[in-house]
Amino acid sequence: MSPELINLIVQATGESLYMVGLAALIGTAFGLPLGVFLATSRKGELFAAPVVNRVLGIVVNATRSTPFIILVVAIIPFTRLVAGTSIGSTAAIVPLTIASAPFIARLVEAAIREVDAGLIETASSFGASPIQIVLKVLIPEALPGLLLALTLAVVSLLGYSAMVGAVGGGGLGDLGIRYGYQRFMPEMMLAVVVVLIALVQLVQSAGDYLARRVNRRLRHR
Amino acid sequence: MKAASMNAHPSLAIGQPIETLEAISPAATAPDAMVRFEGISKTYPAYRGKPGVNALQNIDFAIPRGSITGVIGRSGAGKSSLVRLINGLERPTSGRVVVDNSDISALAGRDLRLAQRSIGMIFQHFNLLSSRTAADNIALPLEIAGWAKADIRARVAELLALVGIADKHDRYPSELSGGQKQRVGIARALATRPSVLLSDEATSALDPQTTRAILDLLANINRELGVTIVLITHEMSVVRQLARDVVVLDAGHVVESGHVADIFTHPKHPITQSFLAEVIGDSLPVSLASRIVSEPPAGGQAVIRVQVRGAGAGDTLVARLARELGLDVSLLSARIDEIGGQHVGSLTLGIPLGISSGEDATTRTLAWLSQYQFPAEHLGYVA
Repeated sequence: MSPELINLIVQATGESLYMVGLAALIGTAFGLPLGVFLATSRKGELFAAPVVNRVLGIVVNATRSTPFIILVVAIIPFTRLVAGTSIGSTAAIVPLTIASAPFIARLVEAAIREVDAGLIETASSFGASPIQIVLKVLIPEALPGLLLALTLAVVSLLGYSAMVGAVGGGGLGDLGIRYGYQRFMPEMMLAVVVVLIALVQLVQSAGDYLARRVNRRLRHR
Repeated sequence: MKAASMNAHPSLAIGQPIETLEAISPAATAPDAMVRFEGISKTYPAYRGKPGVNALQNIDFAIPRGSITGVIGRSGAGKSSLVRLINGLERPTSGRVVVDNSDISALAGRDLRLAQRSIGMIFQHFNLLSSRTAADNIALPLEIAGWAKADIRARVAELLALVGIADKHDRYPSELSGGQKQRVGIARALATRPSVLLSDEATSALDPQTTRAILDLLANINRELGVTIVLITHEMSVVRQLARDVVVLDAGHVVESGHVADIFTHPKHPITQSFLAEVIGDSLPVSLASRIVSEPPAGGQAVIRVQVRGAGAGDTLVARLARELGLDVSLLSARIDEIGGQHVGSLTLGIPLGISSGEDATTRTLAWLSQYQFPAEHLGYVA
């Protein structure tokens, strides 16, 4: 493979990491609190607000059921408003974030719901406020699950990022389609797929490792 | 089965009077109560097709300061609701719960959280955070109360020593045994120096030996720190070993309350009697029961069961009966246990019928037992 092509792969990898990294970060910033709220706001729960819970649940489901490529196109005006442009890697972060935040929220919700309700009662019994319960009990106890959820979200974002070529977002997926498919360069397609596989492996292994390190539940037993 | 019951005398013959001690009393007459329930009812409304539940009704009693009080009842009797009213995890539908002279049922938000710091609670399944070491679990209520780091460190070391697991400082719950986990739970509950410690079936998940050790620890804590302990349990053995006062709950009502010794030497309600039976047993050994007949066989024995209630009751009963009536009394079966320092149990005696004066020996024995106010029951005869 020529040095120019290798250069293209390196550049695309950088774009992918940039988009996925930032989208995961911002998506978590929105998705984590949203997920915690979804997990704690049903009737009788810590932040009981059943109606808000319902409405947010519907919004999350609606976002998640919209095909990503349609979402990318549909929110172009919003993307332009936020990123100043609707084209390029930075602009692509907007739809990636909007797609990942509800996904992360649902994963966070599931992880938080795994925490034994007895622990919430226990913390309440010694006078912990709802915020203290979230920060000192729910999130630390759910941490292994949260790390695995975040890992899953990053891997999914790598897949989504292949589609942002549609708005000139660049990245590995875009490279694979333009060179590998449209210009019929199978070696380019293969190289892109190999890099993506390696990235997913790396992310998954790192996530598994971290989750295992913080999981005290099964140690020595 | 022929029954010549003589349970008419409610007072103890040989037992000592206990009225001199301060006992669980109606709320109105308890000036120095740690916890007072005043006309408490708790109703859970109907929800998603399930009918509403009257968990507690007209609860009125006080728990004396510094006491160890057992709340005993079958599952569904309302024990858990009762204990959760004390620390404000639940609110009464009507009535007041007064803890250490403040109406906890009227508090909310920050005021309630402050009050909760003076009420510790331990749980059946320990409820430790798996992500924190033993020391950090104990530190949690102190962090929540906003203690300084150095103060927390000193207090945690003190508590670990108090509950006897100073060497488990850095262990995670998954590395601890059930008994050790409950010790961490107890240390955590005591961290903020509460005046009341609530125990919700705290030994129900532990083996008998560990249960005994944990109950001993609770007794020490009550003695040395003066913490009032409220024990929720369905196990009579827990009440017997630890509590001085007892409240018997059934279907949301307090059916009996008072000193353990009083309640269980003279159980009135069927539920109380069934709890007592768990400890002392109320059935004869099968080998004996199957041999009992209703007509006196020649040369056989009359079978008389004597209830033993009170301190030292029954110690010399068989010897005195034999000596004073000149009978070769035999002991067919006996079970005596100690509850609140009082002996509780029953002796099953065999009275020889002799050659001709069979009914006479039986009558004399029953009269003698009646004279000394031992409730007795003539069960029949054995050959």
